[in-house]
Amino acid sequence: MMLKKKSLTDLFLQNATYVMFGAVVLYFGVQQTSFLMPDSMANIVKQASFIGIAAIGMTFVLLTAGIDLSVGSVMYVAPLIAGLLMQALDLPPTMGLFIAIAVGGVLGALNAFFIVVLRIVPFIATLSSLFLFRGFGTWLTSSKQFDFADEFRAFGLSSLFHIPLPIWMFALVLILAHYMLSHTGFGRQVYALGNSQEGARKAGLKTASIQARCYMMCSACAALSGYMLISQIGRLDAGFGEGSEFDVIAAAVLGGVSLFGGVGSVFNAAVGAILIQTVKLGLVFTGVNLYAQPIMQGFIIFLAVLVDGIRDKRTTALLKRTIRPIQ
Amino acid sequence: MTAILKFENLAKSWFGVPAVSEVNLSVEEGTLLGLIGQNGAGKSTLMNMLGGVVQPSSGGMEWRGQPYSPSGPADARKSGIGFIHQELNLFTNLSIAENLFVDGFPRKRGFLDKTTMHDRARGILSRLSLDLDPKVLVGQLSPGERQLVEIGKALHHEASLIIFDEPTTSLTPREVNRLFDTIAALRKDGSTIIYISHILGDVMRLADHVAVMRDGRLVDDGNAADFTISRMIRSMIGRDLSGYYPPRSCTPGERAILELEGVSQPGVIEDVSLTIRQREVLGLFGLMGAGRTELARVIFGLDPHASGAIKIDGQGIAAKAKGRIASGLAFVTENRREEGLMLDASISDNLALVALESFGRGPLGVVEEESLATRAAEVRSELQIKAGNIATQPVKALSGGNQQKVVIGKWKMREPRLFILDEPTRGVDVGAKYEIYTLIDQLAASGGAVLFISSELEEVMGMADRIIVMNRGEVVGEIARPDFEKEKILAMAFKEEPA
Repeated sequence: MMLKKKSLTDLFLQNATYVMFGAVVLYFGVQQTSFLMPDSMANIVKQASFIGIAAIGMTFVLLTAGIDLSVGSVMYVAPLIAGLLMQALDLPPTMGLFIAIAVGGVLGALNAFFIVVLRIVPFIATLSSLFLFRGFGTWLTSSKQFDFADEFRAFGLSSLFHIPLPIWMFALVLILAHYMLSHTGFGRQVYALGNSQEGARKAGLKTASIQARCYMMCSACAALSGYMLISQIGRLDAGFGEGSEFDVIAAAVLGGVSLFGGVGSVFNAAVGAILIQTVKLGLVFTGVNLYAQPIMQGFIIFLAVLVDGIRDKRTTALLKRTIRPIQ
Repeated sequence: MTAILKFENLAKSWFGVPAVSEVNLSVEEGTLLGLIGQNGAGKSTLMNMLGGVVQPSSGGMEWRGQPYSPSGPADARKSGIGFIHQELNLFTNLSIAENLFVDGFPRKRGFLDKTTMHDRARGILSRLSLDLDPKVLVGQLSPGERQLVEIGKALHHEASLIIFDEPTTSLTPREVNRLFDTIAALRKDGSTIIYISHILGDVMRLADHVAVMRDGRLVDDGNAADFTISRMIRSMIGRDLSGYYPPRSCTPGERAILELEGVSQPGVIEDVSLTIRQREVLGLFGLMGAGRTELARVIFGLDPHASGAIKIDGQGIAAKAKGRIASGLAFVTENRREEGLMLDASISDNLALVALESFGRGPLGVVEEESLATRAAEVRSELQIKAGNIATQPVKALSGGNQQKVVIGKWKMREPRLFILDEPTRGVDVGAKYEIYTLIDQLAASGGAVLFISSELEEVMGMADRIIVMNRGEVVGEIARPDFEKEKILAMAFKEEPA
């Protein structure tokens, strides 16, 4: 007896992001038709790709019911180290890209060490690494601005088949991460772990290793995201990436990745990132008071988290053990 | 026939208290052993030793003629022993196939080989005659289907011994029949099965061999053909402990304090009607999963009820626990450490918890410390809580019995009309048990009423004026003190489910 009948509420809760997305585009489109032009749409996707890449990484961590607050600092310090090495060894920007990702992986491994080995709660562990990583960067630069070579900026602004590099990166990461999560044993085990950590342990899964890989994935994506974003400007300020962790988490959750673990996909995260960017740009287009814009963003994020909470409550209620059959 | 599994003088004790002692039993290959016993008889501990969850204190096991001592659940699985626990262990966000293969996915060039996985899953599902797409998420399956998936996991691990622990509790009659068909099919393929259940009729129907446990010992075993339901019940009933309970000092009055009329909540309780009178101790007995605690939570307003009425003193009652406390209900829960106490806080703070608001004065509700302390001291001496300074000593430093008195005391601060006591003597030593029994009598004698929930039949019979028996969320019987008879009560509690 399959439960095929789904209530309208559940249907809405499952697709809340797309409903919101449609509503937002429609609203701004009606207000300002130029908003719907391909140019502004392409601009949205490009601007969304930076937070999007990091949000895809964050999805891995959120799926395990964890959280990573250090992504903003990783976005700052990993490209910085890559830049310093590029400067010292005279390396091309493509090499720098791999260095940045590798540094991200190492920082993620450090987070994983705190969480998996020392068993510190993810929130606290990554809160301290947020300061730790940024502090390291500040110490390296004495809080001065770091200027990259000109070719770095040229690399960042380059495009292939008229599509800017950041969008290519965004798409590449999206496809890779999707394959990892839905077409490898590791990916499916990430979902299992997020559904029930105790159950995963009982089923004989290597939970520590699965969690560790998720944090490394998250930081590597954050590093890439930071590297691509900096390549648009060519210089790195001390405050770069500060507070970005909230944009990244918000994008993933807004897209439908659950904070309670086990629910969501990288596509959700990508859509969430684009949705946030759409709102940001839409507010500019419609000429909303600059200082009122964060209120709107806050409201939308609040809605997303609210929907996530309701969704989780409903699933828990459905799974509650009964002592007699419900007919 | 050869014995596939042997227990040899197997024993386990927790902190010196024996849970299983000296069990000798062998299970023949290809047979079905029905394992029965009251709550706490040691069935689960015995099975947990078999599953590698618990390590034996002494004695050993033999599996296929070889000594067998699993160090963890993975060992048991590798040896070919599969468990179908009462609480299923499935990932609801994964598909059926993924659940079967989660600890070792088939791979092709590093990627998940979905074709192979789904083909193999289909093979397993067809062995279970389960007509489902292996891509369906487990979260969308009914409880019965989930259980079959869990059996599929055991098949996938090539288990030759499968243990079922109360498999039918949340199944509809139709699903139960399907489960029995599956069990028959498994046996045809040569699997050995241990079937644990409170439903004695099912055990009679399925088993080749029956083993009865009581107080951690194997007290009776033999061919199922030689068993009757009344022999099963007789074997499960233990010793008599008369004179162990304090005499009751009051008789129930006429006035009803609490009345339930046809109270139902889907999946939990069904059409429960009962009355508790003034100065009455009403015993509520039932086996594990009979719905006793669930009923208590509904009465207290922690869980909702879909239909029926609950009245106190003939009046309708508030919907939530806060309002019901105000009308005189008190609830001593079965987990005092988690739900009843703030372990690190002082005895006084714990006692003050419920009554705190009623000691508030003025618009800010500033607590009158002195009158609160006076009342706490009164309650402490009434209940004879053995402690040093109640204002400083943390509750966690008290013995189990005294901790329980603090839980009762925090409600007593407000002089409630009806006490719901859920397993109040659990984890309490013998001397303290007697004191709690005395307290139960006092609570009733002082004009209130007590709903006394326990899975120890002896203590319910020792203290109650009347016993109500529950089974699968329904009240299946009521019996007054003069007619108390163990066999009768247990027969009600083990009542068969009409299929």
